[in-house]
Amino acid sequence: MRIKRIPHPQPEAAVIENPVDLSLMDALIEKYKSKKGNLIPLLQGVQELYGFIPREAFFKLNVEAGLELNEMYGVATFYAQFRLSPAGKHIIKMCHGTACHVQSVTAITDELLDMLNIKDGETTEDKIFTLETVACLGCCSLAPVMMIGEETYGKLTPREAAKIVKEIKRKESLT
Amino acid sequence: MSKTTVIVGLGSCGLAAGAAKTFEEFQRIKQSDKLDFQVKKTSCIGMCFREPLVEIIDDSGKYLYGNVDVARVDEIIEKHIKNFSPIPDYIIQSPKHKSEDASFFEGQVKIALRNCGYIDPENIEEYEEREGYKAMQKISGGNISPDKVIQSVLESGIRGRGGGGFPAGMKWKFARNNDSSQKYVICNADEGDPGAFMDRSILEGDPHSVIEGMIICGYAIGASDGYIYCRAEYPLAIKRLNIALEQARDKGYLGKDIFGIPGFSFNIIIKEGAGAFVCGEETALIASIEGERGMPRRRPPFPAESGLWKHPTNINNVETLANIPWIINKGAAQYAGYGTEKSKGTKVFALTGKIKHGGLVEVPMGITIKDIIYKLGGGIAGDKKFKAVQLGGPSGGCIPEYLSHTIVDYDSVNATGAIMGSGGMVVMDETTCVVDVARFFLDFTQKESCGKCTFCRLGTKRMLEILTRITEGEGHEKDIETLEELAHTIKDSSLCGLGQTAPNPVLTTLKYFRDEYEAHIRDKKCPALSCKKLLTYEVNPENCTGCTACARGCPVNAIEGEKKKTHFVHQDICIKCGVCFTKCKFKAIQLS
Repeated sequence: MRIKRIPHPQPEAAVIENPVDLSLMDALIEKYKSKKGNLIPLLQGVQELYGFIPREAFFKLNVEAGLELNEMYGVATFYAQFRLSPAGKHIIKMCHGTACHVQSVTAITDELLDMLNIKDGETTEDKIFTLETVACLGCCSLAPVMMIGEETYGKLTPREAAKIVKEIKRKESLT
Repeated sequence: MSKTTVIVGLGSCGLAAGAAKTFEEFQRIKQSDKLDFQVKKTSCIGMCFREPLVEIIDDSGKYLYGNVDVARVDEIIEKHIKNFSPIPDYIIQSPKHKSEDASFFEGQVKIALRNCGYIDPENIEEYEEREGYKAMQKISGGNISPDKVIQSVLESGIRGRGGGGFPAGMKWKFARNNDSSQKYVICNADEGDPGAFMDRSILEGDPHSVIEGMIICGYAIGASDGYIYCRAEYPLAIKRLNIALEQARDKGYLGKDIFGIPGFSFNIIIKEGAGAFVCGEETALIASIEGERGMPRRRPPFPAESGLWKHPTNINNVETLANIPWIINKGAAQYAGYGTEKSKGTKVFALTGKIKHGGLVEVPMGITIKDIIYKLGGGIAGDKKFKAVQLGGPSGGCIPEYLSHTIVDYDSVNATGAIMGSGGMVVMDETTCVVDVARFFLDFTQKESCGKCTFCRLGTKRMLEILTRITEGEGHEKDIETLEELAHTIKDSSLCGLGQTAPNPVLTTLKYFRDEYEAHIRDKKCPALSCKKLLTYEVNPENCTGCTACARGCPVNAIEGEKKKTHFVHQDICIKCGVCFTKCKFKAIQLS
């Protein structure tokens, strides 16, 4: 089982720094409110809006869509797709499918984690990268594969992967 | 003279290999040079190892070009299209010339993949031209009753291609026999098996065949609503499905009173999965559509009796449904003509791992594993020694080289301890450690266990811990026994297929490669030289240039040596992290 936790309530200052505009959710709630089986589409919709599911969003869904908090929490922590804290600007998905595994993707992941100084699933301090290992991206013949945003990179070596990430970081520092 | 057509393969792996840029380049040059040819797109033809693939069709026939990256586009246009002199070096297959790689297509029989790589998946007319929606027209035109349709599916002998191998016709029959005003057809497109991508390929390459298969099923069992439960990780498949559904609605293939059959209505909704392997299990998938956690439910009642929102429901996998229109069109007998006694028809395999020609192949049941690997797949990459093939993903098992004469059909594969599964075939060579592979799969199932059944939740975790310990050289004598005991208990006490099959990778590797486990545990050695912690890292003086990269990278300063002089690893300090091995550009770090 994967284990996720909703982050502790943030200190006041942090909340003010990143206020979430909850009114963005209104149209979404209106669309799904009376439909059966709406819990997952609602959570997916919220994540689409904010990039993650903010703590406050759960309370709003509870009041306005009549969904139970414990059920939402159960679903949000069950599925790999849902995020309970904001991700970095670029999400690096390292494919750890079978084909990539036998082509030594672990060495590449280790190299990147080491370089970015984070653990699997974490976000770098500068909020530029989040690295996640995923089950299979379905490009097995290009193994080992990683995906950054929409772009897929295949037939990687640790050195090449590091170069790609460094290049993105360099571009980020320019803007 | 008809117009020359250029077709670029734009499936997910093609795109990953840069096919989008190739496509744009063809269009750009066509416009800038005002050339008269047509640029079209299609999806994956299965030959992933030569992506991006481009097919050029002119008066003299079809020319299939491989590895057409942007840089080659100009040359191909210049030579082939403008001056009509095809470039043999890049050609995989042409009317006159067949390269070695063309053997990939020999022996394949394309039924489920009949349109993949041949039609533009975003254009319904191209599907119609290739007998698309003809099966439903045949049913309505010939007044074929639902029972007769089910009879055909039964006679074809097609079994569920998602892994279980349950006869599809039987499932349909059960769903038909349950009286209810509301029934559902669900297409299981939650292809979570690491190493399998045939469903993705079908959805991206030929979405209409799946839609038509669902309509036929809806007609046969008396359902008016369908769901396609697709992984959110397949954005391109979802996009093309949405386009296909819209086109089918516009053409009147979906909606009310369709195909002129009074009272027959059918609609399809796409549900995006949220990332849980267990949702490939029928009852968990239903729970997920209902908006709950994807936890399996107890059967019986089976979905055919009480499924989605407690209504009779029939669930089939993508590949199964894609076969259905073909069976109706060509007749059950022709389908049953392929395959073995108990496994009829063809099966799609995703051929990956240490193989020369990785990709998607569709072969008749009954072909041997060896033939798939050597004849279609071209053999082992780097001409290394073939060790084993992993079939069926995390629920399957490893079949060793000496059993590679095993034929692929449900029963023969089951007899080895592996399963057919969805058809992921990962080839391993002598450098792959089977203990590590078993650990990899347990790591996967342990993460993906939904947590409902105790032995699956805790047992997989304990097994993973033991396997990890073994690969790190900390194994105990009793570990193998404990693994076996846990494996059997998990199998016996889990509710769904995930738990019941999770120990298979361990059991099969123990069965065929017990000596490797023993080598790890007793001699603290990894025969495949793959488990990092069991290796010794040494400098090969012949290759060492004294660049100091390894010494600088070593986190514990275990490497000594002056600039431009051979370096040396202090074995007593080395923590076997492998950094030196990855840092060295001259292959001077040796493993033993």
